[in-house]
Amino acid sequence: MANELFHKLGGEAAVNAAVDVFYRRVLSDDRISDFFEDVDMERQAAKQKAFLTMAFGGPVNYSGADMRKGHAHLVARGLNDSHFDAVVENLVASLQELNVPAELIAEVGAVCETTRNDVLNK
Amino acid sequence: MTQLHLNEATYQCEAGESVLDALTRQGVAVPSSCRSGVCQTCMMQAAADANVPRAAQNGLKSTLQAQNYFLACVCHPTEDMTVSLPDSSDRLLPATVTAIRPLNDEILCVGLDCPSLQDYRAGQFINLYRDAGFSRSYSLASVPTDSYLRLHVRRLPDGRMSNWIHDQLKIGDSLHISAPVGSCFYLPGAAEQPLLLIGTGSGLAPLMGILRDALNREHSGEIHLYHGSRDRAGLYLVDELRELAEHHPNFHYTPCVSSEPATSGCKSGRAVDVALAEHPDLAGWRVYLCGNPDMVKSARKKAYLAKAAMNDIYADAFVAVAS
Ligand SMILES: Cc1cc2nc3c(=O)[nH]c(=O)nc-3n(C[C@H](O)[C@H](O)[C@H](O)COP(=O)(O)OP(=O)(O)OC[C@H]3O[C@@H](n4cnc5c(N)ncnc54)[C@H](O)[C@@H]3O)c2cc1C
Ligand code: FES
Repeated sequence: MANELFHKLGGEAAVNAAVDVFYRRVLSDDRISDFFEDVDMERQAAKQKAFLTMAFGGPVNYSGADMRKGHAHLVARGLNDSHFDAVVENLVASLQELNVPAELIAEVGAVCETTRNDVLNK
Repeated sequence: MTQLHLNEATYQCEAGESVLDALTRQGVAVPSSCRSGVCQTCMMQAAADANVPRAAQNGLKSTLQAQNYFLACVCHPTEDMTVSLPDSSDRLLPATVTAIRPLNDEILCVGLDCPSLQDYRAGQFINLYRDAGFSRSYSLASVPTDSYLRLHVRRLPDGRMSNWIHDQLKIGDSLHISAPVGSCFYLPGAAEQPLLLIGTGSGLAPLMGILRDALNREHSGEIHLYHGSRDRAGLYLVDELRELAEHHPNFHYTPCVSSEPATSGCKSGRAVDVALAEHPDLAGWRVYLCGNPDMVKSARKKAYLAKAAMNDIYADAFVAVAS
């Protein structure tokens, strides 16, 4: 079912297009850009790709436990619901910029929502 | 903890330790240079059935990947591995020093004749060996149609290789180099795409190759080269570049000095800042960044935020050995 979303959106090509737009938005968003500072851009872009593939319901290779571990240091630095919302907002805006139909964007948002508790280590 | 099997012996690899660190800690001599997965000096081969972490094969040619070659400095094994050191004599190419010429007070142009190396992309780099275990990476400033390879070597304070090159190397000397490495080069195809080239110090070397390659292939889009240095004395090849700009209306050269006021033909400021101020929107551009690793890192981000696509940004950071 989720995998179907990934294909409807255009699969890997769509992820590649979205990562450019999305990550640029995130880096320019003062509310959250600090969490992305002093990281290796290429490695970070690879992570954004993995994240979008997951958000699009594509092949996932990380579990809730990885998600918790991967974000624990950010939670320690103050990552909270408002930042999570800002990331989702940037994702939605990116997909709108790429002319993705609203109902698919809503589906992507729903997939993201399922990761909130793991990301925020709640 | 995992185990590494090499030449009938077994070595321990602690959690988080790289294969290179584990082997050198236990007394195995593995050639290395950048220790960050760039130069490919530390290449090793894993047994056919080994599970090589993908990150350890980043940047290797697909033919080498298929033969289970990997970079020991960025290989963090998740299970036991049987590995071997490839015979470096197979991979190294003999070269003769044909020219040595100062480009300015701290940068030397070294010419190398290497008959077995005909085929490379301008902008790639080679590893130059002082002896079997000691090498450093240098970018090719030449294009394949030149009669010899050209390097621009900057002398660093206490730099072991660069001082040896500056003080000891003579015309006629023989040495070994690796096959060319790296993916920061000109790709023909989109001839009308604007190009932005930014380099600091001897980071001009690969940009010279890329620029000349692009001009030779009749790149028709605008080409902007920004070369940065602290002061005027650090700039070099200024006349050659001005002359190229005169002959090619689509090529524009801007030397930049960061600690001196602007003078005729020279802008004041860091090369990246001057370039981005003049070209705030890089959508559709191809960007090449070479030289100081901090400059490359921040310029990559700035170029990306100025809307250059991630895939259109090519970079060679001249990382030095951290030891
Ligand atoms: C892809 C790539 C391409 C390159 N292309 C070029 C090129 O075209 N031209 C060029 O000039 N260089 C280039 N370099 C850099 C080059 O490979 C060498 O790093 C450089 O020449 C220094 O080598 P060295 O042996 O002289 O210095 P090293 O002896 O390795 O020392 C490097 C520097 O670090 C300092 N240092 C050493 N140890 C320490 C320590 N413990 N703490 C603090 N500082 C320390 C030294 O003083 C010195 O300044 C490139 C590097 C890469 C990765
Ligand atoms: S790639 Fe491993 S030492 Fe440079």
